[in-house]
Amino acid sequence: MKRPAPIGLVRASLVLLGKDLLIEWRTRARLNALIFFALSTLLLFSFALGPDTKLLERNAGGYLWLAILFASTLSLGESFRVEYENACLDGLRLAPADARAIFLSKALGNTLLLVVLGGLLVPAMVALYGVKVVLGVGELLATLVLGCMALAAPGTVYAAIASNARARDVLLPLLLFPLIVPALLASAKAMMLVLQGDPMNQIGSWFGLLGGFNLIYWGLGFLLFPRVIED
Amino acid sequence: MDLMSLFTIYLPPLVLLLLLTVGRKYAKVTLPVYALLLVGVGHYWGLAVAPPDREMGDVQRIMYAHVPAVWNAMLALTLNFACSVTYLFKPSWKTDSLAEASAEVGLVFGAVGVLLGAIWGRPTWGVYWTWDPRLTTAAILLVAYMGYMALRRFVEDPEKRAVWSAVVGIIAAVDLPIIWFSVKWWRSLHQQQSTPSTTDPAFWIPLRISAYGFLALVALFLMHRYRIALAERNAEVALPDALPGSPGSGPNVPTNRTAGVA
Repeated sequence: MKRPAPIGLVRASLVLLGKDLLIEWRTRARLNALIFFALSTLLLFSFALGPDTKLLERNAGGYLWLAILFASTLSLGESFRVEYENACLDGLRLAPADARAIFLSKALGNTLLLVVLGGLLVPAMVALYGVKVVLGVGELLATLVLGCMALAAPGTVYAAIASNARARDVLLPLLLFPLIVPALLASAKAMMLVLQGDPMNQIGSWFGLLGGFNLIYWGLGFLLFPRVIED
Repeated sequence: MDLMSLFTIYLPPLVLLLLLTVGRKYAKVTLPVYALLLVGVGHYWGLAVAPPDREMGDVQRIMYAHVPAVWNAMLALTLNFACSVTYLFKPSWKTDSLAEASAEVGLVFGAVGVLLGAIWGRPTWGVYWTWDPRLTTAAILLVAYMGYMALRRFVEDPEKRAVWSAVVGIIAAVDLPIIWFSVKWWRSLHQQQSTPSTTDPAFWIPLRISAYGFLALVALFLMHRYRIALAERNAEVALPDALPGSPGSGPNVPTNRTAGVA
């Protein structure tokens, strides 16, 4: 009997990503919840700090990334909760696909969701804080994509761990927040440059830091993830 | 080789190694004595014999505890990284126990180092804490390994706990080289590492003796913490089909593994 040919890593990842996106599209629960959560976070910042528009405008980039970060912990946890329900993860593990494909699809899916969320938050931020986007849409998009990738890669590994442990709601931020400090710093700085202009041409070095961070953690996640979900 | 480098570079670790290998039967007694001796000599030398720093005065003497604490914390956490990698290739309860012990000891020494640094910072920089890269990365390190310790508490299944904490240990260890090089990459408030080529022997000799004293302390703490961790593991997984090679997994050991596969 002829054995079925194993599916390649890229194709398996794309199939799994398609599956996740289909679930997301059919329910649309996660993205809706995330948008409202992140929007209310943005709103809360302006209430907590008082109506000081100068302060809000100056720190808008940082607040945007904090809102995305808080929303990401919800999103990451949810992305594995659907797999642990009804033991779907066991089904995935039994499928003739590389376990690393699960990492790639989950991390890409989380990145995509966060980028969409960020794209929706920017106009809200422009309205709420009265900022204007000085640099072009290209830099804005690059900041969003690189920053969301940096949150998604270690976040996916940790969400897989935390969602199966006791006290999962505490564990994920506890593990993730210290780790992504460099990424948060670089994303927030890059976003501030996007919003306020970049006379000293510094944005490239922050992109470099984000790129290095992504390289390390996407690589580590890719290597280590199969061990995380093994049984 | 001059006499000074013999007594400050080669002899202390050699004695430590002998105590831990040849004389390991008596290490429980000899190791604390040796650690206290080295810490005592190093600190007496640093506090009473060594001259005060030209700019900072007597305040600088906190270095003889601050620097050894941080060095040894980094060393213990590097051991944790090594155990984490080893565990993923060759699972064993001993490696997992040593990983747990080294993370905890490293965290304690790191916390002591950061605390002493804060005390040193107040009179010299005027503040206890500042967002200097070295301090920021050190703070990240402490919080990251607190997360690691929390993970170990939150997972009941010992096998899953071992694998997951190994993964988290590897990911958290990325911060270690960043801390080490932070004073070189971003030149800011925290001074660069002092080496024998840049400092006077009056400073680095007591520093080195203190550092080896702290190393002996780390070895002592590790030894005891490792025994506790291994005993806990063996009590947890007293099943015959537990990981191969675990010593407590005989048929006459009571199966008190209450926290089973989740």
